[in-house]
Amino acid sequence: MARVKVLKTYKIYIGGAFPRTESGRYYPLYNNNKDLIANICLSSRKDFRNAVVAARAAFGGWSSRAAFNRSQIMYRMGEMLETRKQQFIEELLMQGANAKSAEQEFNNAVDRLIYYAGWCDKYQQIFGTINPVASSHFNFSVPEPTGVVSIMADENSSLIGLIDAIAPVIAGGNTCVVLASESKPLCAVTFAEVINSSDVPGGVINILTGKKDELHSYFSNHMDVNAVVYYGNNTTMIKSIQENATNNVKRVFIYNQKRENPEEFQNPFYILDTQEIKTTWHPIENIGVGGAKY
Amino acid sequence: MNKIINIPDFTQTVTVDQVGVEERCARFATRSIKKEAKVQGLKMVLNMIDLTTLEGKDTEGKVKQMCYKATHLHDVLPGLPTTAAVCVYPSMVKTAKEALKGSHVKVASVATAFPSGQSSTEIKVADTRYAVDNGADEIDMVISRGEFLKGNYNFVFDEIALIKETCGKARLKVIFETGELSTLDNVRKASEIAMYAGADFIKTSTGKISPAATMPVTLVMLEAIRDFYYKTGIMVGMKPAGGISNAKTALHYLVMLKETLGASWLNNHWYRFGASSLANDVLMQIMKETTGVYQGVDYFSKD
Repeated sequence: MARVKVLKTYKIYIGGAFPRTESGRYYPLYNNNKDLIANICLSSRKDFRNAVVAARAAFGGWSSRAAFNRSQIMYRMGEMLETRKQQFIEELLMQGANAKSAEQEFNNAVDRLIYYAGWCDKYQQIFGTINPVASSHFNFSVPEPTGVVSIMADENSSLIGLIDAIAPVIAGGNTCVVLASESKPLCAVTFAEVINSSDVPGGVINILTGKKDELHSYFSNHMDVNAVVYYGNNTTMIKSIQENATNNVKRVFIYNQKRENPEEFQNPFYILDTQEIKTTWHPIENIGVGGAKY
Repeated sequence: MNKIINIPDFTQTVTVDQVGVEERCARFATRSIKKEAKVQGLKMVLNMIDLTTLEGKDTEGKVKQMCYKATHLHDVLPGLPTTAAVCVYPSMVKTAKEALKGSHVKVASVATAFPSGQSSTEIKVADTRYAVDNGADEIDMVISRGEFLKGNYNFVFDEIALIKETCGKARLKVIFETGELSTLDNVRKASEIAMYAGADFIKTSTGKISPAATMPVTLVMLEAIRDFYYKTGIMVGMKPAGGISNAKTALHYLVMLKETLGASWLNNHWYRFGASSLANDVLMQIMKETTGVYQGVDYFSKD
């Protein structure tokens, strides 16, 4: 007797759980041969709202965690991703990649996580400064996470675009809500399963699937979001995002670089983008002409 | 008005169908309230809140700040009501009374060795008198749960009656701490004892114990109020307290109130929410309806 196929339900990821969209809506996803691959959650503004609540709740714990521990957790994500190589490559193939590019993309994705894992406890040393000031103060500046970051990931990439979007943001101690590629969402949902099994606290990364057209205004005008990141080059959408972001002076980052160089997004300055610089004036004994007295 | 009311035998109170109560409550939560009706409901919720601070670390400054919040919920948005009352410890009544001078916001004070109620009757009476003398408009007393669970209903009844007498003109809210009463049957029984003993309000919890207010417990108490009203013609108020921290849940509580007791209870003379964090969530929802943009806590005053 033929066995009945067991197909995976692709759900969204909010606060460490896998709910369906509260709206009950979905959109069909087809491969290049017009065969139905899966029904994908069409997330609503309320899913986004819930995800922001989860991200905000997770922010305190994630940002105050020891940087070294964040690093360990991100490395663990890389390990967990590696163990699912076959599954991710199959999904990349289903979404139109060829065998060679799929493997390349997967390897880059794992390497990217490891790369940013390494930066967690180093970027503050590199970007922090000790500032020469005229008064008797020890004056230093360090980057600190900005808060909740909403991200609209690259439309043309299923896996690496998602990792590029998430890794620098969480490496810097932020929490995020990510909207996956609308046309290539499979790896995003499967990556949520990787996150779920890698000691990443619920709410640090929240992944939605759906339409940028419908959601970009909420991603950019929510008052509890501190920065918005957009990958792509739709100029009307970019304009609208920039305008919306003014309501609480969110940081806005638009990345439209081509992904020809696989290491285009492998750079610690992407961590710095979603950081705020805190400068501390620490009073010390007067070290004037007489020289230091300590 | 010296109407004679026969006091029933409290060992014989009706029992509660727990499954039925839970199913009924689940249905309240399915009502969808949107747009203008929602905004109106939310404003009503604000106007029913007893803004509360009951902590060992309370200071005059904290209480003054909360009183300001009670009268200026979110000045960015014109046309908002004030809260119904502020709820504080007896030692803070004077400060609160002063801070609220000229407004309609009442001062409620907990009393009777709140929150445990583990003290002598004399001390409880003195505690109540201290709050009333300082100008409290309302007294939130706790019942002796230990005596109640022992079956010593007369003791509980007498104590409530005595505190009621001590209150004078102040309205008396009786707290059961339903989280310690363990069954809905007990909640129903406590409600009847309190109402026959003269409570003006019955209240679920102190907020110090979890679970605090839940929908099933509140429904049982509302039904007790309804039955008491049918029997005696006396209206008694209801105050769920603790654990109601978001606007949607508060609206569901209002639906339950409307469908159980009707419109005459839909005002802050007969219904209150005891809460500290509910107000901000309601304000955020109202701002969302006004501006169309989801709100963040950073833009609302904490106290």
